[in-house]
Amino acid sequence: MGDQQFEALKGVSFDVSAGEFVAIMGASGSGKSTSMNILGCLDIPTSGRYLLDGLDVGGMTANQLADIRNKKLGFVFQGFNLLPRTPAIENVELPLVYAGLHGKERRQKALLAMEQVGLAGKENNHPSQLSGGQQQRVAIARALVNNPAVILADEPTGNLDSSTSEEIMILFTSLNLQGITIIMVTHEHDVAACAGRQITFKDGRIISDSLIRRAD
Amino acid sequence: MDFLQTLKIAIRALRTNKMRSFLTMLGIIIGIAAVIAMMAVGSGASYVISQQIASIGSNIILVIPGSTTSGGLRTGSGGAQTLTSDDARAIMMECPSVAYSAGTVRSSGQIVSGNMNWSTVIMGGAPELFEIREWPVVNGRPFSQQDEDGAIKVCLLGQTVAENLFGSADPIGSIVRIKKIPFTVIGILESKGQSPQGTDQDDAVFVPLRTAQRNLVRSQRSGVVSAIIVKARSEDLLAEAEEEIAGLLKQRHRITNGKEPDFSTRNLSEILAVAEQSSKAMSLLLGAVASISLIVGGIGIMNIMLVSVTERTREIGIRMAIGAKKNDILLQFMTEAVLLTMLGGVIGIALGAGGATAVSQMLEWPTLISIQSIIIAFVFSAVVGIFFGFYPAKKAAGLNPIDALRYE
Repeated sequence: MGDQQFEALKGVSFDVSAGEFVAIMGASGSGKSTSMNILGCLDIPTSGRYLLDGLDVGGMTANQLADIRNKKLGFVFQGFNLLPRTPAIENVELPLVYAGLHGKERRQKALLAMEQVGLAGKENNHPSQLSGGQQQRVAIARALVNNPAVILADEPTGNLDSSTSEEIMILFTSLNLQGITIIMVTHEHDVAACAGRQITFKDGRIISDSLIRRAD
Repeated sequence: MDFLQTLKIAIRALRTNKMRSFLTMLGIIIGIAAVIAMMAVGSGASYVISQQIASIGSNIILVIPGSTTSGGLRTGSGGAQTLTSDDARAIMMECPSVAYSAGTVRSSGQIVSGNMNWSTVIMGGAPELFEIREWPVVNGRPFSQQDEDGAIKVCLLGQTVAENLFGSADPIGSIVRIKKIPFTVIGILESKGQSPQGTDQDDAVFVPLRTAQRNLVRSQRSGVVSAIIVKARSEDLLAEAEEEIAGLLKQRHRITNGKEPDFSTRNLSEILAVAEQSSKAMSLLLGAVASISLIVGGIGIMNIMLVSVTERTREIGIRMAIGAKKNDILLQFMTEAVLLTMLGGVIGIALGAGGATAVSQMLEWPTLISIQSIIIAFVFSAVVGIFFGFYPAKKAAGLNPIDALRYE
């Protein structure tokens, strides 16, 4: 707040291996959002290091960070964050547009991602013509399309009813089983239970980091 | 990111708010239409002026007598009878910068042919007059030196006079009476149209100078002319010719230094310069008005673009999170602004050209739409977009992705 400094994270250290499905939990103000922003290369820690896929993200320029977000990361948000009045397929294509892909190649990759999330045939629907669950699937397809190292999901089921939440979590689990690394912030225990590992934050510190048995 | 995609996004954004986009463009449309229409009307006006001035003839110097005093009353300039045919000849022979020189006398009176009559200007002029004024005979023949030397009673008719006296009949060889004296019509002059002062130059009849001096005008001594028209060899020699003429006439009229000369010279290219200057000042004024409307339009664009950036903060955040660089965002909003102004420019050009054409048809006033003015207008509209779109685009590109994503 203003020029007052506030330590959002203190002495936090953890590794995530390729292929893991990690749930980050904690009350609001616990530092989980800040850690997600750092993991998502949207923010840079004041001190400390973040290695993503072997790359030190600290000291990168804004453009380099944009490139990292584009190539190594996929985002899934609570509010879906799709572009309105834009067909689903074009939403999915967006990361490829910024990656500089053109025409057929771009379209094919996007179609494949749509298929992966079970939305084949809905390519030309606008977000307003899709249900919440379908919109979140489009967002997941968008996160997938660039073959990222990690998918970061920030409360992906926060805006969905329980049965739709379950569908989305099944989708995440199956993606994880295909070898995709997922880091997900949530405060719902049954959602977190889908993950293979739970990290709990409190007051800017990690208070627990435990491997759990899959719920399935 | 490829430009085509940027363009597509910009078009989609503009189409989302069609009414708003149109209203935003309106300022540019009106500005550009005004620029095009005013430039067309302005260049039409200067075309008319230059046509009228060209109708007098180019590189012309007018020598007129000074004033005289009789019984305490001073006449205006041109009142004295100090210039003669000999002066005119001397100017032509002795001034190296002069191509032609012709004395003229001027009178007015009734001209009669059969049962038709017409009141008109009667000009006496040496044969060189038509060379100087670049005024060819279209039917018949011009004056010869024999006509002049022998003071033969022949005349050339202006188009207006010919029409009023003869209608469609061929007047060549007919006898007309000028101030009751019979003259043979030997030719019809080409139509000159209006003079810069607005008089009909074709409403005149011409006779050889000596014929006029002997029969049509009264003067205290023989050989008096009312003016001498001189043509310089080139535009560059106008000032020199004027000096040479003044020097020669002072010498011939025995005017010592310091005394007021009994004649004055006028350079018609000065009139041209004045006319050009006033038409330039006019276009400058119109241009200033048009640029102000363009600036106002540009501010409108900036305003709406700022609103658009705020409205779409979240979209900008999404794009940045997904990998858009600052330049991608900058380019996207710049493209939108420039697209808006260029579209406005195109519509404005069409509207302005249409308006100018309508004006020229309704008011019978020539308008010239130059390719140059269209290109200027188009470039200008793009520049307005770049200039006024830059700040909002810069603002969009400078957003922090975390804040932008969280923006409600």
